[in-house]
Amino acid sequence: METEQLIRTLAADNPHRARPVGFVLALALLATAPFSIVAFAMALGVRPDVMTAMHNPFFDLKFVITLALAISAIAVGLHLSRPEASLKGWGWLLLIPAGIVAAGIAGEMMMPQRLPMMTRLIGNNSRVCMTAIPLLSLPLLAGALVGLRHGAPARPALAGALAGLISAGLAATLYASHCTDDSPLFVATWYPIATAMVTAAGALIGARVLRF
Amino acid sequence: MRESEDEWTGLMRLAISGDSAAYHRLLKAVTPVLRAGARRGLARAGQPVDQSEDVVQDILLAVHLKRHTWDANAPFAPWLFAIARNKLIDTLRRRGRRVFVNVDDFAETIPDEPAAETVSANEIASVLQTLPQRQREVLQSISVESVSIKDTAAKFAMSEGAVRVALHRALASLTAKLREH
Repeated sequence: METEQLIRTLAADNPHRARPVGFVLALALLATAPFSIVAFAMALGVRPDVMTAMHNPFFDLKFVITLALAISAIAVGLHLSRPEASLKGWGWLLLIPAGIVAAGIAGEMMMPQRLPMMTRLIGNNSRVCMTAIPLLSLPLLAGALVGLRHGAPARPALAGALAGLISAGLAATLYASHCTDDSPLFVATWYPIATAMVTAAGALIGARVLRF
Repeated sequence: MRESEDEWTGLMRLAISGDSAAYHRLLKAVTPVLRAGARRGLARAGQPVDQSEDVVQDILLAVHLKRHTWDANAPFAPWLFAIARNKLIDTLRRRGRRVFVNVDDFAETIPDEPAAETVSANEIASVLQTLPQRQREVLQSISVESVSIKDTAAKFAMSEGAVRVALHRALASLTAKLREH
């Protein structure tokens, strides 16, 4: 085909309007979230003492942390879906959840505790945490990848890693309502391991499927 | 150089607001610049520069299908060159080359020597055969035979809307197949 013919054809298709990447990402996450939520409800469920737990600021802090991760990953992921974008000036957003965890640890240190530090860190649910978060994040990871595929990321593996962070943040939000370990020390130890697994999977898949 | 970049940005804004003639002018204006960059990149990688037209067409398709990722408040040239670099890297990688794309290959808006209007490339033509029949017929009618959307609709007894949908699908699947090619 001659380039001039191609150009004329593309111009003929100019009236076609694609949806913004953010819209498609939101739609894809909303479409896949029910799978994660139903799996969570069937396998784990919200902890039975949730009404009392809600009065514990460290229980609530878990949601602040996981949602901060999901939201900052969405912001950075959408930014990177533009081909000329780089992490520069945006990467620090991903440090926000880490900063909140650090502040939580400092806050807990200043309070009198019944349990020694290592006991709080190791907790009772580390194995469930490291299994449940990656498994619950799988449907959401698929959704995040479909959403970001609508963009044009210059670095597909990096964009895939962000899809991993988005889905891990959302899955961890679900899991946090089940887990009875509320110490920021527990959150700072086990959640990142689970998140790292999902991020690595996202980067591996993204390198293949996010090329445009 | 600056002036042509500003002009591109203006044309792209018009294109997005529905002005297909402006879009046509923009694509025509950027093509020689893309061609020059593709030649530089291929030459640097030790590849025959006569494949540059495949790269140019690849870039044009990506520009078209991903133009919703361009921020209308940002200048157009950096976005365009980012797409172009990405597509050149892809092409070289598919040929199994170690990739050293110089960021400068697509950084200047200096066009190639005025090339003949009829530059042809082979990749699209070979992939075209694998498209579903209806998409292929519509695409060929509009591109090769230069029939308008309205007349194409009449020719195949389709509605104009159906022709538009088939055309867009054809361009999207063409791009997907080129990527696997």
